[in-house]
Amino acid sequence: MSVLVYTENWEGKFKKQSYELVSYASAMADQVRTNVVAVSVGKADETELARLGNYGASKIINLTGDHFKTLDNQVYTDALAEIALKEGAEVIIFTNNNSGKAIAPRLSVRLKAGLASGVSGLPLSLEPFVLRKRAYSGNAFAHVTIKSPIRIISILQNSFEINERPTGAVPEIIAAATPGAAGRTVVTDTFRQTGKILLTDADIVVSGGRGMKSPENWGPIEELAALLGGATACSRPVSDEGWRSHEEHTGQTGKIIAPNLYIAVGISGATQHLAGVSGSKYIVAINSDKDAPIFESAQYGIVGDAMKVLPKIVEAARSLKK
Amino acid sequence: MKILVCISNVPDTTTKIRFTEANTSIDTTGIQWVINPWDELALTRALELKDDAATGVKSVTVAHVGLATSEPTLRKALAIGADDAIRVNADPSDSYFVAAQLAEAVRKEGFDIVFCGIESSDHNNSAVGGMTAEFLGIPSVSAISGIRIENGTAILTRDIDGGKESIRIPAPFVAIVQKGIAKEPRIASMRGIMTARTKPVKLLEPVQTEALTVVSGLEKPSPRAACKFVDAENAGQLIDLLQNEAKVI
Repeated sequence: MSVLVYTENWEGKFKKQSYELVSYASAMADQVRTNVVAVSVGKADETELARLGNYGASKIINLTGDHFKTLDNQVYTDALAEIALKEGAEVIIFTNNNSGKAIAPRLSVRLKAGLASGVSGLPLSLEPFVLRKRAYSGNAFAHVTIKSPIRIISILQNSFEINERPTGAVPEIIAAATPGAAGRTVVTDTFRQTGKILLTDADIVVSGGRGMKSPENWGPIEELAALLGGATACSRPVSDEGWRSHEEHTGQTGKIIAPNLYIAVGISGATQHLAGVSGSKYIVAINSDKDAPIFESAQYGIVGDAMKVLPKIVEAARSLKK
Repeated sequence: MKILVCISNVPDTTTKIRFTEANTSIDTTGIQWVINPWDELALTRALELKDDAATGVKSVTVAHVGLATSEPTLRKALAIGADDAIRVNADPSDSYFVAAQLAEAVRKEGFDIVFCGIESSDHNNSAVGGMTAEFLGIPSVSAISGIRIENGTAILTRDIDGGKESIRIPAPFVAIVQKGIAKEPRIASMRGIMTARTKPVKLLEPVQTEALTVVSGLEKPSPRAACKFVDAENAGQLIDLLQNEAKVI
């Protein structure tokens, strides 16, 4: 019996999300009185893998081998299904990100295990097994009961406190190179911007909308992001106009993010944009229109011209750094 | 090549969500129903592929699991340009159930590419596409922001951390698509609306499957604290508040 958690690393280092997941899995494992088994794919070395132990993992299964170099949904599902059955997993946990969305549904059908995606918080009850999950694009939460004996949960990013609980015990690390059918997904080309902070992983995001008037005005946004150690983002019209890259578009049909701090500059706050950032812990809005809907979702607001307001904020952020 | 686009029927995004008495479902009075935005983009791309004779795509079918009340949404899809539709006559109880029905429809009719939007704007489950592929035992690729067909082979663009991958995959497969798959949703022309009325909608009875999950309640998100305004003249104060009050920097 165990709680199985699927962790991810970015260039050999575990993502913050993974520590969040293991913390969640630990808390759940306590509730159902069992232990946490983490599955990691590729790149992370032994020292890095052992770090998952600090958050409660007692066993870490490291999937290595060419099979796992790129995400083939069937290959990953095969491997996780085998591990889940071997470890007697009662609950399997993913992050509600692109990998989670790619693998969890297949695993659900493979194991006939009910899936709840976009979960916020630990179960509301264990018998019946009920979870609270994001619904109506952030306008409501649904309580979902999973009826099957095995349950799969994908949790919302940045929705659970990371909890270090060093036990002193070193987790068992097992390298498993599951053979099995080779995947049919063939990657022919990759384009990556390494080194930049991943937008979906950033704790702080500074975002610009049409109110910025022109792509030439983005300097202060980039500077503020750099000073705060955050990433930059933008609203849909801005990426549609080609002012910023599509990678930066946050919103219902763009990236859904949940940073600790989201600073929206010159963004009116249309429903579709808010759907992409409603999970943020704090939203700050800077807009020249005092009636802009964004102020209804923000905790801090400044009504004013972005081009006059931003330099003052950048100056204050610079002083902070000193 | 035959393409199938799976569509779901959702409340228009700007709908104010209200619950019924027992907070177990949403109040559907006055709701405008539309094609799920991601599915609409998927349909648009499928039609673009069909418009290009070089791709070899001969038909675009839409499939939906729902009761007769979703017929208008099906007609919208036909009006936009789908050649025909399949409706599995059942209440879409959960993703597992819906996927089982769609898989059966694919088995019956045979399609080369199945498009599913990455999530629906009402349930946000991000499940049907992957589940359908698993029921069928065929490959699926998710987070797809582009697809083209060259010499009979599909070449897909998948979004990954910090970038994109170009992928080749043999048909049949399920492509789970997101933003970028089409620039904007296609709009139905007058002619499209007229011909939609006579395009075939095949009715299928559901296969026996039990849902694995059930929505037992709904709740509103806790209201956010009211916005604290900082004077534009002293904008720098914001940094102080963020550091000492909110403690996020």
